[in-house]
Amino acid sequence: MGALMWSLVAVPLGSGAVLGCTGRRGDRVAPAVGVVTALVTLALAAAAAVLRPAASAPLFSGIGAGLAVDGLSAVLVVTTAAVTLFVLLFAADGAGSARSGARFTGLMLLFSGAMLVTVTATGLAPLLMGWEVMGATSWALIGYWWREPDRVRAADVAFLTTRAADLGLYLAAGASLAGGVASLALVELPGAAAPWLDLVTAGVVVAALGKSAQLPLHFWLSRAMEGPSPVSALLHSATMVAAGAYLLLRLRPLLVASGWGEPVVAWTGAATAVVLGLVAVAQSDLKQLLAASTSAQVGFAVLAAGAGGVAGGAMHLVAHAATKSALLLAAGAWLTALGTKALPGLRGAARRYSLVGVTFTIAAAALAGVPPLSLWVTKDEVLAAALRESPGLYAAGLAAAVVAAVYSAKAAWFAWRPRPEDAAAGWDTEGTGVREVSAGARSALVVLAGSAGLLGLLGLAPVAHAVRSLVGAEDAAAPGAWEPVLSALLALAAASAAWWWGDRPLPVPAVVGRSLRGWLHLERGAELLVVRPVTALARALAAFDDRVLHRAVLAVPVAGSRLARLVDRGAEVPIDGVVRLVARAAGGLGALARRPQTGQLHQYYAQAAVVLAVLALFLVFVR
Amino acid sequence: MLSLIVFLPLAAAAVLAAVPPSAGRRVFTGGWVAVAAVDLVLVVAAWSGYDAGGGLDYEQRLPWMPSAGVSYHVGLDGLSLPLVAVTAVLFLACAVHSLRRTDRVKSFVLLFLFLQTVSLGLFTALDLILFFVYFDLSIVGMYFVIARWGHGEARRSALTFFLYTFVGSLALLLGFIGLYLSAEPHTFDIVEIARADPLAGSGARGALVLLAIGVGLAVKTPTVPFHTWLPPAHTDAPAAGSAILAGVLLKMGTYGFVRVAMPLLPAVWRQYAAVVVVLGVVSVLYGALVALAQEDFKRMVAYTSVNHMGYVVLAVGAAGLVAGSDEQARSLAVVGAVTQMVSHGLLTGALFLLAGVLHDRAGSYDMNAYSGLAGPAPVFAAVTGLVVFASLGLPGFSGFVAEFQIFTGSLASATIATALALLGILITAGLLLRALHRVFLGRLRLPGAPGAAGGFTDLRPSEAVSIVPLLALAVVIGVLPRFLLDVVEPAASALVGVVAR
Repeated sequence: MGALMWSLVAVPLGSGAVLGCTGRRGDRVAPAVGVVTALVTLALAAAAAVLRPAASAPLFSGIGAGLAVDGLSAVLVVTTAAVTLFVLLFAADGAGSARSGARFTGLMLLFSGAMLVTVTATGLAPLLMGWEVMGATSWALIGYWWREPDRVRAADVAFLTTRAADLGLYLAAGASLAGGVASLALVELPGAAAPWLDLVTAGVVVAALGKSAQLPLHFWLSRAMEGPSPVSALLHSATMVAAGAYLLLRLRPLLVASGWGEPVVAWTGAATAVVLGLVAVAQSDLKQLLAASTSAQVGFAVLAAGAGGVAGGAMHLVAHAATKSALLLAAGAWLTALGTKALPGLRGAARRYSLVGVTFTIAAAALAGVPPLSLWVTKDEVLAAALRESPGLYAAGLAAAVVAAVYSAKAAWFAWRPRPEDAAAGWDTEGTGVREVSAGARSALVVLAGSAGLLGLLGLAPVAHAVRSLVGAEDAAAPGAWEPVLSALLALAAASAAWWWGDRPLPVPAVVGRSLRGWLHLERGAELLVVRPVTALARALAAFDDRVLHRAVLAVPVAGSRLARLVDRGAEVPIDGVVRLVARAAGGLGALARRPQTGQLHQYYAQAAVVLAVLALFLVFVR
Repeated sequence: MLSLIVFLPLAAAAVLAAVPPSAGRRVFTGGWVAVAAVDLVLVVAAWSGYDAGGGLDYEQRLPWMPSAGVSYHVGLDGLSLPLVAVTAVLFLACAVHSLRRTDRVKSFVLLFLFLQTVSLGLFTALDLILFFVYFDLSIVGMYFVIARWGHGEARRSALTFFLYTFVGSLALLLGFIGLYLSAEPHTFDIVEIARADPLAGSGARGALVLLAIGVGLAVKTPTVPFHTWLPPAHTDAPAAGSAILAGVLLKMGTYGFVRVAMPLLPAVWRQYAAVVVVLGVVSVLYGALVALAQEDFKRMVAYTSVNHMGYVVLAVGAAGLVAGSDEQARSLAVVGAVTQMVSHGLLTGALFLLAGVLHDRAGSYDMNAYSGLAGPAPVFAAVTGLVVFASLGLPGFSGFVAEFQIFTGSLASATIATALALLGILITAGLLLRALHRVFLGRLRLPGAPGAAGGFTDLRPSEAVSIVPLLALAVVIGVLPRFLLDVVEPAASALVGVVAR
């Protein structure tokens, strides 16, 4: 069992690392190796989902590196492995020459392997390891086209934003140790002692919200779109953004124990679902629209974690993974073929590449919450939990569902427009398109979009019940009879309205429209409020270091030599003078002492007589 | 055994000194590589034979100056063995890296062999005077390395380095004499003083001794505000010199905390641990921020060393805050500190050797002058990229193993300080990514030749062979840390026990 657990994470991580190290030499075999590895990983994941292996190794003193697959992990392990396989299949088949090289494939495998570590970790230490490696590989993947400074800068923004949030997990690890949870095991975290429990919860929540691109840390996801489309497809579906929501679902007992975690998380998720949904509606770039919708949709899973719908949240993550990867791969297929991702430029794209168009539309319909497709079902599962929590939360969720229908319909509307006469004028804005969609891409699209539709089966009562017992939430709220009907009607109405509205400008004040288009401008806010002051502080400190501290140190020897000169003049001269004076005096005394030595005997007798007389007088007077 | 490891390089130096320089540089560089390799093999043998029971192993004590209480006392424990190993590894890496050196090779090799003996000697010394002698000789050796083989304002930087660290070492000597005088009977033996704990409850006297020792070690470590000798020394030193300076010599300071300051003055350490914690946090943040503002690659790496050593200081300080933390946490902090010394030795050593490649190819460390080096030098870029990520504490590399333990272990007793220090890893991430971005990514640009393509040779075999193993070791420690932690943990918990006594 342990071997199965270790190999599940070692296979993608190991082959990814090896592929990454081969450099250009590995380019030719990389796509095949990648797909085979992903296939093996999927098989291992399926086996793990059935057999539920667990493994542990000592890591630090008293802190182990445990991995295990339980119900919730099983769902995510299989999802991650499957989406990785189809994304690699899409990328393998010649979609652009540079894309599927050894570096690309290796990084993708590392990325998904890190996600597998994250969702199987049983303690904070291994979780953080997977979590951070995932962030770093996402940097390397977003900045994959490293010759273009904008893309690398986007990667920097994404990495630094998520890492800033990740500090929460470091904090949580220290706080749980301080709170008496010596093993840092996830199941024991709710038992942390009183003041530390809040710190653990806060750390976990911040890290999870950052990773899942929830308000107010959502802006990195917009920049993450600078990476190649397969990267976006993986990053926005089964990995990275899913990790945050997963962590909150996994640590729901912690949210409950803290007392304040539940409402904070639930409302953040709901707010993100609504606001980022509106941001998506305002976008004029397909990939940006989809990016904003990712934040919004993951918001439902976060809402589920806060509202107690663990089963619904997990289902929603799975359904969203299939849906969003299909949508982003379709967007990527059009980008490769037509050289554009701008919505106006994509008018008629669905008619020109009809298979892509159909799969895109199925996935978009699922995203819109159209029955009987997957996200309609899973969203209602989440909303049922929200309704049990509070009507306000339910209303917010419902509003978010309406917005989702609007942006999905908007994307599909552009794709199905009749092709304008001057269609080609809008193409090739991002580079020259190849004007075809490869077979590998088509097959990946069919499978993923098919799953997006078929996962609607989750709505069947026995299936839903099975999932609930799988993740250990048998008592979760099931949607009543009227809720799915209401949400379906709302979704259809909103989608129809959006379709009818077309590309007319949004009926909102200009300032609101601008801020929605710019993702609320929070990246600029972070730049102004954090990056610039820190940089200025750094410059000031560097100047202080050079001009004050270093000079002060250099001044010590200078002062030393000054002091030496001073001593030379002020003390050496007088002391020297005293010494000379003494010498001169001694010399004088010597000369004086020589004078009695005349060599004449009678004078010596006279001297002796005087001395004796003095001695006699001395004895007389002193005694 | 241990003395053989320590004095083998010096003996080799004596033999090589008899060879005339006309014998050709290969005799010297080849001899150096061979000696360093043999020494490393001996260290590995010592490691595999090491009994991790928590006490001292390979202990040896000979009378040296009995009347002054000085003896030749050496030994290895879990705190010193990893550092001895890192020293041997780094000197071998520097030997391989210097294979192509042509400039006054004989004296260069002799000096490095001398430095190796001195460094190994310091980490094995169990007598304060022995420790001090090695401490001082390392400064002398490094002075000549910087002054004779450096570039830029090498002489000036070398003199600054020498005077600053020498004054520090005098403070250290003063502290040692204070310890000697307090011990009854008077002795310089570390083990005996630790057993006697002479300055327990001695008030101001203990504080003064700790102040003297602390200042001496803080200069060498270096912690803010005693760090200003470091950037110029690094910038102007040759690559191998920088690698040894950062990788080995800085560790002498932090090693001094766990070998001398903590076990010999436990009560005083506990009393002033909060000051140490503050110094650590200030070093972490100040080092990171000043590094962020640097335009010179080597200066930037030098300041990140201040930052990384700050984590060590924070951890040893937190290990002295007995209230509010249990033994596991404090032990974790000390293990993290020792791991950080090892990790920083490997990674910063590698970074400075990589910086040497920059200087070797284009004669400049100015990050503004470069761009897009990943094009002509993909291996160089990839290795630097990995070292940079390792250095910013990415899991899977040694830095994470160190920093995670430091943070987790320190948070309980020094909550606010640790939370602030956490920001350090974010700033470091930012500045290292920025450097990577500026130098290696984007369009190709080289100093002196705007728009000139090519002209930048990728890593040469001797460079790759010297740098990649350092990175590989960092990965091994990052993925399978137990082999290291099994050695460090017993010694760390013993130390924590002594400090809490």
